[in-house]
Amino acid sequence: MTDITDRQQLKYIAAQAADARVNLELETEGMTLNIGPQHPATHGTLRIVAKLDGEQVIAADPVMGYMHRGYEKLTEVRTYPQVTTLINRIDWLGSFANEVPFILAAEQLMEVEAPPRAQWIRTILFEMSRIANVVLFLGDMAVQVGAVTPVFFAFRDREHILNQIEAVTGGRFHPNFDRIGGLKDDLPAGWVAETKQVMKKMRAFCDEIETLVMGNEIFQARTRGIGVIPADVGLQYGLSGANIRASGVDWDVRRDNPCGLAYDQVDWKVWTHPDGDSFSRFWVRLQETREATKIVDQLLDTIPAGPVMAKVPRIIKVPAGEAYVETENPLGVMGYYVVSKGDLVPYRVKIRSASFNNMSISPWLLKGVYVPDIITILASLYFILGDIDR
Amino acid sequence: MGLVPGLIKGLGVTGGTILRTVFPDGLKKPIPAPSRGAETVQYPHEKEEPTPRARGVIALHEENCTSCMLCARECPDWCIYIEGHKEKAPPRRAGGKVRQQNILDRFDIDYALCMYCGICVEVCPFEALFWTPEYEYSEPRIADLLHDKSRLSEWMETVPDFEDYEAGSEAKKLKVPPT
Amino acid sequence: MISSILASWNDDYWVQTLLRVAGGLVGVLLIAGTLVYLHLFKMVSFMQSRLGPMEAGPFGSLQLLAEVGKHLQKEDIFPRKADRFVFAAAPFVILASTFLLVVVVPAGPDAWFISNDVGIYLGLALSSVSVLGILMAGWGSANKYSMLGGLRATGQLIAYELPLILAVVGVVIQAGSMNMQTIVYAQANGEIFGWDGIGNPYILTQGVAFVIFMIAMQAELTQAPFDMPIAESELVSGYMTEYSGMRFLLFFIGEFATAGVFAAVASVLFLGGWWAPIPGLEIDDNAWNLLGPLLLIGKIVVLTFVVFWVRFTFPRFREDQLQRLAWKFLIPLALANIVVTAIFKVWI
Repeated sequence: MTDITDRQQLKYIAAQAADARVNLELETEGMTLNIGPQHPATHGTLRIVAKLDGEQVIAADPVMGYMHRGYEKLTEVRTYPQVTTLINRIDWLGSFANEVPFILAAEQLMEVEAPPRAQWIRTILFEMSRIANVVLFLGDMAVQVGAVTPVFFAFRDREHILNQIEAVTGGRFHPNFDRIGGLKDDLPAGWVAETKQVMKKMRAFCDEIETLVMGNEIFQARTRGIGVIPADVGLQYGLSGANIRASGVDWDVRRDNPCGLAYDQVDWKVWTHPDGDSFSRFWVRLQETREATKIVDQLLDTIPAGPVMAKVPRIIKVPAGEAYVETENPLGVMGYYVVSKGDLVPYRVKIRSASFNNMSISPWLLKGVYVPDIITILASLYFILGDIDR
Repeated sequence: MGLVPGLIKGLGVTGGTILRTVFPDGLKKPIPAPSRGAETVQYPHEKEEPTPRARGVIALHEENCTSCMLCARECPDWCIYIEGHKEKAPPRRAGGKVRQQNILDRFDIDYALCMYCGICVEVCPFEALFWTPEYEYSEPRIADLLHDKSRLSEWMETVPDFEDYEAGSEAKKLKVPPT
Repeated sequence: MISSILASWNDDYWVQTLLRVAGGLVGVLLIAGTLVYLHLFKMVSFMQSRLGPMEAGPFGSLQLLAEVGKHLQKEDIFPRKADRFVFAAAPFVILASTFLLVVVVPAGPDAWFISNDVGIYLGLALSSVSVLGILMAGWGSANKYSMLGGLRATGQLIAYELPLILAVVGVVIQAGSMNMQTIVYAQANGEIFGWDGIGNPYILTQGVAFVIFMIAMQAELTQAPFDMPIAESELVSGYMTEYSGMRFLLFFIGEFATAGVFAAVASVLFLGGWWAPIPGLEIDDNAWNLLGPLLLIGKIVVLTFVVFWVRFTFPRFREDQLQRLAWKFLIPLALANIVVTAIFKVWI
């Protein structure tokens, strides 16, 4: 519960080395523990093979692929509207965010620009899916660490966002709303006022979580100093999103390369934290949720009037070419590399999903930690299996 | 407030939630009413109202359908089965050409496969398919989830009117054909 | 004739023993069931903005019976490599320690199971038998997760026995006896600086010991924030993973029964047990025999409310943080409390 001094740390390491020598002499074996693929902690079917020495991890290897659904192969035989439907299901908690980079890449190939009203509403829905996704993280990390109540609050308050998304798109989890050239439909009357009320409720939820989880000394003892990722190591492993911002790297694709979305019309801030441990990852995501509610409020006030769909032909044939667009999705940076040969279907779509790269740091990060810390670190990295395996 | 440890404040949050659930009117009227204070709905005794745009089930307006097969082609799951035949219809006015009409024999949607994506409703050029927010049609047998033409026409009664749009929109409000 | 039979029952050793055994079983199980309904089904549901089970019986009151029925009709599974005797005996060992602990708790001036001069010492010794049961469950399951859970539990439970005992020593010094009935009378007849309006419940003078006892009790029950042995998000269910059906239900009921019995012990030691200051009325022993158990149950409900409130709010400690809390913080604090109590008792 108190900080460990350097001298204590050196003593501990020397004691461990002495133990290891004794173990060699006595030939005690370590234990191989298989965490998953069916497990309450891993967010889906992730398997981690951990070699333990007592309660300490010697090596941990994630085994991915239990939820591989073959998205990239499927996109080779689906038309563009059908692909938009399918890719909703990659990151199923913030599902509108999956459609956006694909549609932007296709719009680049077709050289079509969506009208400003469509870009505004796209940004609003994008930020709302970010709030929906990260609100679940805030509750979920608490439950991985042991507190069962915050996740109920998270689900309860997430319902408000899902109801608003349903009021516009018709679907709570799978909106299927983005189209090449704009959006499928416009906002129903009264939606702007209701969404402002919902943003107030989400801010109240953030305050509740700050008191209940972040201010809790036990939570801080479990997460401070655990799973420290130095900035250069994180960048080498391809970490993105809040994981790398919590290590002090000021990188946000929304600000640096908005690709037509309305982020440059709004006054907002990128949150970073210098520590790089699990607590700072939680802290950064909490601040980002609050920031997202402020972005949505500002955007709701300034929606421009106009059409919501540009002029595109009924049957969409994207001209030949290649385009790569990345956006700052709730889990990290998601990118779609679309190769088209001028057909109704794409020739090849490569999906750069954030969680796959975020998981790649786990063998390095999990060496030498205790078994409970495995769960804390994985929870703080925040991956979704649909995003890892596609 | 810096002296109160975070543990006690956390207990205050959960204790406050207990009080808010049991006494939804505040502590000034201490009548316990948890059924009102809870945020959950006791289905099937009470039901929530989905929004008018909610994608519950698809309804078919048979008169508008011309068996163009666009919906069956565009469905990502190929769950729409259409069969039709052509018939000769009398000319519209005397001395005119004999017309050809497409008669719909079979229009089934298999809701065991349907992804509820809405591509079929969107691509229909003749506005024959509509979304309704009805969701209570689960069956004990999977085969009963194949809704045939008559059942799909029955769903037309539950189609809500299209909503007005927000200020600043240029979209035109569509009309639901009367059944 | 009937009155003579009843009179002979009063003196017959075997009839008295049978009555006490039945009373103990029924009392513990009824209290466990009430606590499950009140706290697990209703209180935690209200804390999470939901209503909890509502279908089985009015307001879900028969849910526990429904769960018992559900568990009874499940298949009795033994893991293939498990040691059958150890695996089967483990829940009974834990339950045995709970039922034996309840015999030291008095519920009224004449409503007690045993009354001897090592009351609380005997109770604490009996309660530590559950450590054996948990270790048996962990080892007998032939499952690495359960083994980890069992080992963690052993370390934790042994570590927290000490603050538990040391916290009680302060009360024993103040009451002057280890007999639970004497402790209740000491609180009933005691005075605070000369005023005897509410007796002398030891929660006032032994507040520090009360807090230590509650923390140690939480750890002994392996409830969050000390539920590393169960640690649902890591070890699935810890030492209970391989148990299903009725065997799991024995663990489950045992958990709540132990919570109730520990709370009963705590209320006897610190809150006055079956006695409460009722102003104005002169209550004789016969009436206390009826009122006492009700008051005791009320105090049990209040204390377990606090236990479960804390359980469902806080995250869990890691094993080394847990041990550090016990050895470096609670034990020195309890020892300091004993020293201060002894000084006050001897010189004031």
